[in-house]
Amino acid sequence: MNEDDKRWLDHPKNVDKLVYALAIACALSVLADFVWTRHGHFDFEEITGFYAVYGFVAYCFIVLSAKQLRRLLKRDENYYD
Amino acid sequence: MIDDLSPALILIFGGALMPLLPRNGRNIVLFGAPIAALAQLCLMESGNHVLWQVFGHQLITVRIDSLSFVWALIFCVAACINSLYSQHLRQGAELGRLQDASGLIYAGAGVGAVLAGDLLTLFVYWELTAISSVFLIWASRTETAIKTGIRYLIIQVGSGVLLLAGALLMLNTTGSIAFDHIGLDSTAGKLIFIAFGIKCAFPLLHNWLQDAYPQATPTGTVVLSAFTTKLAVYALARGFAGEEILIWIGATMTAFPIFFAVIENDLRRVLAYSLNNQLGFMVVAVGIGTDMAINGAAAHAFCHILYKALLFMSMGAVLYRVGTIKASELGGLYKSMPKTTFFCIIGAMSISAFPLFSGFVSKSMILTAAAEEHLWLVWCVLLMASAGVMDHSGIKIPFFTFFAHDQGHKVEEAPANMLWAMGIAAFLCVAIGVYPQPLYALLPYPELALQYNPYTSDHVVAQLQLLFFSAMAFVVLFRTGLYPPEIRSTNLDTDWVYRKLIPAAMVPVLDYTFALVDRIEDAIDRNVELWGNWLGVQFSNGFLVRDANSSVMVLLVIAVFAVSLIWAYI
Repeated sequence: MNEDDKRWLDHPKNVDKLVYALAIACALSVLADFVWTRHGHFDFEEITGFYAVYGFVAYCFIVLSAKQLRRLLKRDENYYD
Repeated sequence: MIDDLSPALILIFGGALMPLLPRNGRNIVLFGAPIAALAQLCLMESGNHVLWQVFGHQLITVRIDSLSFVWALIFCVAACINSLYSQHLRQGAELGRLQDASGLIYAGAGVGAVLAGDLLTLFVYWELTAISSVFLIWASRTETAIKTGIRYLIIQVGSGVLLLAGALLMLNTTGSIAFDHIGLDSTAGKLIFIAFGIKCAFPLLHNWLQDAYPQATPTGTVVLSAFTTKLAVYALARGFAGEEILIWIGATMTAFPIFFAVIENDLRRVLAYSLNNQLGFMVVAVGIGTDMAINGAAAHAFCHILYKALLFMSMGAVLYRVGTIKASELGGLYKSMPKTTFFCIIGAMSISAFPLFSGFVSKSMILTAAAEEHLWLVWCVLLMASAGVMDHSGIKIPFFTFFAHDQGHKVEEAPANMLWAMGIAAFLCVAIGVYPQPLYALLPYPELALQYNPYTSDHVVAQLQLLFFSAMAFVVLFRTGLYPPEIRSTNLDTDWVYRKLIPAAMVPVLDYTFALVDRIEDAIDRNVELWGNWLGVQFSNGFLVRDANSSVMVLLVIAVFAVSLIWAYI
C-alpha cells in the first residue's frame, strides 16, 4: 500500500474509535432495559440484558465451534479436481 | 385473449427470441419482457385463467390469488433487476446471448410455476426452471462449471421426476391433480414433499445449492438466487402449510449452514449457505402454518429475494472486477469500489434484520408467529441463527471483501448498470424497512398483517441488543485472534458422498467386475483352444471327414428335428 492512499480507516486509532462507538451502542442498548421492562412472549425475555447475553454467547459459540468443525472438514483447495 | 395471457409466457417468449435478435433488439426485449410481465400480472384479475382440458382433466395454467400473487410479483421485480444487472453483457462477447435467453426463460418458468393451479402445469414449469437455469452455470465455460452443472441438472430434474410420480399417483388415487393442500398422509403426498424438499434444499438434500450457485457467472448467480428455492417455499406453503415436521426441518436449516458459512472461503458460497439458512426461517413459518406465520413466510421470501440479490450482486461486481471472490485474496476494496461497498452494507444490514431495513419487518413476523405458538425451543434456535446471520452475511461478507487487510487490488468501480441494479435493490430494502405497510397489504392475510407493528420498543431494543452484542463478539474474537482466519480450502459437505465416497466405493466393485470378466474371457479362450484343437483333428482325419451311410444322415436329421420339436413345445 502506498502512503498517499492512506485513508481514515487505515489509522488504527480511528478503528479503535469505531470500536468505542460500538461499545457505547452496546451499553445504551442494555441501559434501555433498565428504563423499560420488556414484555415478551416468554418469561425469560424479560431478564435484563437477555438479548445482549444471548447474542454474544450465541455468536461466540457459532464461530468457535465452526473453528473446530474446520479441523474435521477442511481439505486442500483442489480436493475435488 | 390478451386478458388471459400468462405473464410467464411473456418472459419465456422474450427469452426464446433473444438468440435471434440483434444487440439493440436484445436490449429492448431484456427490459421490455420483465416490465410487460409485471404489468400483465398486476392487470390480471384474481381467479383462474387459461383453462385447458387434457385427457378429461382440467389444467389451470394461471391462478392468481393472495398467496401466488405476492410470489409472482417479487419474481417479476427480480427479473427486472436481473436484466438491469446483466445489461453490460450486451456490450461484449457472444456469451451474453445464452445468459440473456436462459435468464428470462428461467424467470418465466418460476413465475409460471407459482401461478400453476394444478400439479401437471407445476411439473412442466418445475422442470423448465431446472433446464433453463443450468445454462447460467455452464456459461462460465470452465470444466468445473460444466461438471457442476451436470450434477445440478441431475438433482433438479430428479426432483421433477418425483413430483410427476407423486402427481400421477395422486391422480390415480383421488382422481384430482389440483394443486391445493396436499398433506403428508398419502404416499403421493410424501413423494411430492420430497420433490419440494430437494428444491428447497432441506438438510442433507441441500448441497446442490452450495455446489452450483458459486460456479455460475457473476450475473448468473444473481439470477439463480431468486427463483428456484423461493418457488419451493411457495410450493410448500401451498401444499404442506401447517405440517409440523417442517418446523423441525426449518429449524435445522437455519442452524447448520451458519457453521459452514463461517469457515467457507468462497464468498459466493458463503452467501449460498446463508441463503439456505434464510430458507430455514421461511420453512419454519410454513410449518407453523398460522395466518401470521404464512404472512411471515411470504414477507420474508419477498424481502429475502431483494437483499440476497443485492448481496450476490455486490459479490458479482467484485468477481467481475477483481477476478476472484475468495476471502483470502480480498480486502481493502472500499477504496476502489466505494459505491459497491455502500450497497453491500445495506444488503448486509437488511439480511441481519437491523431496524429500518427490510429483514427486520419480515423476520420479526416469523419469530412472533413461533412465540405465539409457544415454540420456545424453535424460537431460541431462530434467535441463535439470527446471530449467525449477523456473522456470515452481516460482518464476514462486507468486512473481508471491502475492509480487513488491504490486498492492494486497484480496480475500477462496478459498471454503471450494475450500480443501478444494486441501487434499486438497496432502495427497496430500505423503503420496505422504513415503510412496510405496502408490503404488508400484499400478503396472503393483509388485514392481520396491517395490524402488525414490528416497531415496538420491545422489538427494536431486543434486536439492537442482539446485533450490537454479536458485533461486539466479532470484535473481541477478531482482536484476540480467535476468529478463524480466511484460508484457501475446500470444506466437506454432503456432496462428498456423491463426489468421493460413492465413486471410491465403486472402485472395488468395478475391479471385481472387471476381474470376473477377465476370468470368463480366459475360460472361453482356453475352451475355444481345446475344442478348436479337437475339431481340427476331426476335420483333418477324424470322424467328420469319414464316409458315412446316407441312411445314417437321414436318421441324424430326423433326430435333430425331433429334438427341436420337443424344445419348441416345452
